[in-house]
Order: sequence, then structure tokens, then C-alpha cells
Amino acid sequence: MRTHADHVDLLRGLAPQVLGVLVRRHGQFDACEDAVQEALLAAAVQWPGEGVPESPRAWLITVASRRLTDQLRSEHARRRREDTAAAQVPADEAFAPAPGDEQPPDQDDTLTLLILCCHPALSPASQLALTLRAVGGLTTAEIASAFLVPEATMAQRISRAKQRIKATAIPFAMPPEPERGERLRVVLHVLYLIFNEGYIASSGPDLQRSELTREAIRLTRAVHALLPDDGEVAGLLALMLLTDARRPARTAADGTLIALAEQDRDLWKQDYVEEGTALITAALAEATLGPYQLQAAIAAVHDEAPRTQDTDWPQILALYELLARVSPNPMVTLNHAVAVAMVNGPQAGLDLLATLDADDRMAAHHRLDAVRAHLLEMAGDHAAARAGYRTAARRTTSLPERRYLEARAARLVG
Amino acid sequence: MKYMLLIYDNAKTRETFFGEGGEELMAEVDAIMKELTESGELVGGEALADPSNTKTIRVVDGVPAITDGPFAEAKEHLGGYLIVDCESAERAAEIARRWPSARFSPLEVRPLMDTAGAEM
Repeated sequence: MRTHADHVDLLRGLAPQVLGVLVRRHGQFDACEDAVQEALLAAAVQWPGEGVPESPRAWLITVASRRLTDQLRSEHARRRREDTAAAQVPADEAFAPAPGDEQPPDQDDTLTLLILCCHPALSPASQLALTLRAVGGLTTAEIASAFLVPEATMAQRISRAKQRIKATAIPFAMPPEPERGERLRVVLHVLYLIFNEGYIASSGPDLQRSELTREAIRLTRAVHALLPDDGEVAGLLALMLLTDARRPARTAADGTLIALAEQDRDLWKQDYVEEGTALITAALAEATLGPYQLQAAIAAVHDEAPRTQDTDWPQILALYELLARVSPNPMVTLNHAVAVAMVNGPQAGLDLLATLDADDRMAAHHRLDAVRAHLLEMAGDHAAARAGYRTAARRTTSLPERRYLEARAARLVG
Repeated sequence: MKYMLLIYDNAKTRETFFGEGGEELMAEVDAIMKELTESGELVGGEALADPSNTKTIRVVDGVPAITDGPFAEAKEHLGGYLIVDCESAERAAEIARRWPSARFSPLEVRPLMDTAGAEM
């Protein structure tokens, strides 16, 4: 007996394959994408009652092709009314299922689609939305509810992205080798953003939003299966698993955030820790080093400590030193400063943080105030720590972070 | 990131916008609304009725007190709002800068609180 979740998984997994077949046959990414979305909706309505067809993939291709034919016919008729110039009517046969639709493809289009949806000509918001719809197989309503915007707003982002792909004639093909690496980095960044959007919402009131972590992990797994030797893909998947492993422990029953050091480690998802650790261990041994692998390695060191006090901080510090060299940015500096403080004492950490004061991206950022307050607390300067937590509490735009920071400040009232 | 643009009016702004010659200003408003709709940045927005229609409610020692008119004799009143979801605070500020009433009375751009958060 298939459950609703099984149907959803099956459909979402098939979505990029079906779309790939249609775009290969007919071009016109935007029209094909609409047709596939309609076929997915039809399947979601029919399959639970009528049963899953023998070849779900071929069924979806047939239904999507029929929708595409209808769409192009009415488009064509409209154009004929407007323009007397004769154009060739698409022959019915062109849209009939081709031999081989029952068979899985020898070439998986998932990666080509991801690269298309994450094209640098699209805004980041559009890249995320289009990836979730065209590759993830989510409906516009589901994506809108995950990003807490009206459905019309999300529909507009998706349609604008598709228009842009059409207008700039972005091809449905793997980019040439010299660009491929850079284009893949954008895909990984989009998947990371989708993951993070879901992770920070987990245990909060927005269920649909926290589902995004599952979707990001599913898509990253698919990319890893296609590019098993790419260390950064493996690194990102490991980072997601090692982070999501802590999800059950990151908030209390009332939604209060719990700092890593204070989490109940028995709640961590051990299977995720093991899978993530195995992935990152293999990648570090074989692949070219990169920022996702280093972040995953740091997460793995945290996750393998049975108790907070067992954490191997010297190793974490060494990894942050590498990360700061490979991918220097203010967020890395923040976390680096914590590792420095844990190994060399709070003053050394505070000295490193001071280098961020002149950085416009960080000067008024609540995370800088929060980390500084934490190190001041370690150093025993409770008055300054309290003031720092309060500043951070005012600056954050997150409700649970505000509560957490107010509680840290209140704890220091002596 | 979502931002609310709070659009303030002074005594003159409404007369200017709804009076003679206000069409051009309203056309600017329509153009920005169209742009925000098409870009997928517009989350919502409304205009408020004239402040003279306001009722102010307070509960003092459990006793509700309702008075006609706005809370304070301010020179500026909230006239309406927009909620946009955009890439950066700079982009939100740019929308506010182009809103035509900014030439007569100020707008405030404020980020919305999020129910999600990262553990630290």
C-alpha cells in the first residue's frame, strides 16, 4: 500500500526526468515545464484512487506531451487568427510517446536542468523557486507556502524566470567544460540556500518551510549520484546531513533555541551522523579540497564528540584556519574566533573579532554582537557581555533568536 | 528578506495626491506597483483611510477608553504600507526612495520579524 508520501516521492523523483525528455524532444522549456507540472497534478489526483500505472514515467510523459500539444495548438490557433501567415501545424505523431519512454534514460537530465534553473542571469529568488518547481516537482502553492509569500507572488517569480530563459535563449545543454565548474558552484549554493531556509524554520510553526531541508537533501543526493567524484558535492551533502542530524535537539518543546554546546546529543540522528561522516571522510581522502568539505569536516568533529567537553577544538581550529584561507568571509571569521577562544582563550578570540569592526557587512550584524558577548562572558566580563547580548537581541530580525539572546542577557544579571 | 515600507502622510500629501494634478503622482505609484508585481517582490500593501476616521482604543486599569481621532496630534500619520520580499535592504530602500510621496513626507523601511532562527 503506497502512502501519500510515497506518491509525492515518486512524482518528485520523476519530475526532472519527464521534463528532460520533453525539452529534448520539443525545445521550449517554458511550455514543457507547464505541461509537466499539469501532468504531475493529474497524477497526484488520479494515482491514489486508480493505482499507480505500470510505467509511471511513460504515463507522465504521455500526459505531459498531450498537454503540450493542446497548449501549442491553441497557441497556434491564436496566432493564426492574428497572423495569416501559414505556419506548420504540429503533427500529432510528434507528440505521441516515443519508443523507450518505458525505459529509464541512459542520460539523466537532472543536472542539466539544475544548471539551467540556476543560470546566473536569474535572480537568486528566481533560481530557488524555479529549481524547486522544475527539478523538485513542487507546486507553486507549495513553494509559496514554504517561502511565506502569496501564491501569485511566487507564480510571478517562476514565470519571470522562464521568460528570461526564453528571452536570453539559454540552451538546455551542459555548459562547455571551462564554465561547468563555476555553474555547478551556483547550483550547490542554491541547494545550500534551500537547505538553510528549511533548517532555520525547523521545529517552528512553518511546517511547509521546514520541508525544504528534505527537498534540498534529496536533490543534493541526486547530484552526488551523478557526480560521485566531485568532492564539493559530497561535502555539501555531508554538511547537510551532519547539520540536519542535530535538528531534533536544536529547539526545546516550546520552540526555544538550544545552543550546540547545550544540546541533548542523544537526540541527534545517528544514521545521518554516520552517513555524513563516511561521506566527508571519503571526500577528504580523494577529492580536491573546498569550502563545503571543510565545513562538513568541522560539523563532523562536533558531531563525533559524545559530550560538549569532548569536542576536539584544536582540530576544529586547524580546519577553520584552512577555511579562512580557502574561502575568507566574515561569517567564517566569526566562527573561527570562537574556535580560537576555545583553544587559546577568550582574549585571543576577541582580538580576531575586532578585525570585523571595520567590515561594513558585519559592523551592525547581530551575530557579531552575539559572538562577542559570548566571548566576553567566557572572559568573565559579565556587564559587557550582557550589553552585547542586548544589542544583538535588538538587532536580530528573528523571533526565536531574540528570545534566546534576551535569555542569555537575563542569565547574567547578577 | 521581507520589509514593510511605512508610508507617512502629512496634512498636505493627500490633497496633493487626490487633488488636481495628482494623476501624475498616482501614475508613478501604479508604475512601481506594476514593477514590483512583475518582479515577484510584492507581498502585499494597502492604503489607509483618512486619519479623521481613526478611533483610538486604550485599556486603563481594565477599563477601555475609546476616543475619536488619532492617538496624537502628529504632523504625520501612517497613510499606508507595502510589504516587499527583496534581495537586500538597499533594494527596499530604493523602492522607498522612488515612492512619490517621499518627496512630501517620509517613508520608513523596516524588516519583518521571522519565526525562523539559527541556534548560536
